[in-house]
Amino acid sequence: MKFSDFVSVKAIRTGLAAKDKPSAISELVDSLAEAGEIQSSDRDDIIKALLKREDLGSTSIGRGIAVPHTKHPSVDRLVGTVGVSPQGVEFDSLDGDKVQLFFLLVSPPDRPGDHLRALENISRQLRDDAFCRYLKQAKTAEEILQLLVDADNSQFGH
Amino acid sequence: MRATRYLRGHVLELGSSNDVGAMMSEPISQRVVTVRNSQGLHMRPADLLVKAAMKFRCRIELEKEGQIVDARSILGLLTLGAQFGTSLKLKAVGEDSKEAIEMLGDLFDNAFYETDNPTEAAI
Repeated sequence: MKFSDFVSVKAIRTGLAAKDKPSAISELVDSLAEAGEIQSSDRDDIIKALLKREDLGSTSIGRGIAVPHTKHPSVDRLVGTVGVSPQGVEFDSLDGDKVQLFFLLVSPPDRPGDHLRALENISRQLRDDAFCRYLKQAKTAEEILQLLVDADNSQFGH
Repeated sequence: MRATRYLRGHVLELGSSNDVGAMMSEPISQRVVTVRNSQGLHMRPADLLVKAAMKFRCRIELEKEGQIVDARSILGLLTLGAQFGTSLKLKAVGEDSKEAIEMLGDLFDNAFYETDNPTEAAI
């Protein structure tokens, strides 16, 4: 699976304003709603589900990266977005670092394979230090998109 | 990369006996494990494996079709993309390798203690 298979281009955000976990997740879910990937009426419920998942353990995976995710019956295919917070967000990560880079995923309840393949892709690409650094430094959604396209075309890592 | 580690293990042999290097004298334990939860090896099971692996001193690896990752790396584990039914080789090298294989193997055998309710919001 590639980034282009699940990242909604219109929902990519740089310069996230949020300083804490709930507002960061809200901002990213709003970006999916504005991009038309989810219904505005499902916004609150999706945020609630994402925060419920965080309660089970932070989705931070180290290196200043988190992958908040949930299943939700309102989506019929995996949708995701990418967000960058220049100042970083407190995210209860194990290493204590603030999170600067977010990949948020919402998947249909009956498609665990797609979720797993998205995680596989994200984690494989993020093993490349340069790719991580460039994403965190990105100032515009266009820059993020270009990095994701490059990654899909194997400009980074493997 | 593995060859380098192997060499490093020997270089450090005199000074540090608990280096992770694959020294021939170190005990090795291994077994085949199978992903038994319907959601596959996603983030929460990976997190459980990392936390379990941290309790041991030995080096612990998981291998899927030739791809070998460190069981202490959540990024590494997620790159396996191991779905339900996948068989993996679990291998540990070091003095507490037997105990490590038992504990991590138990997590696989017990399907990471996940309930298989597909409508559960959290995954």
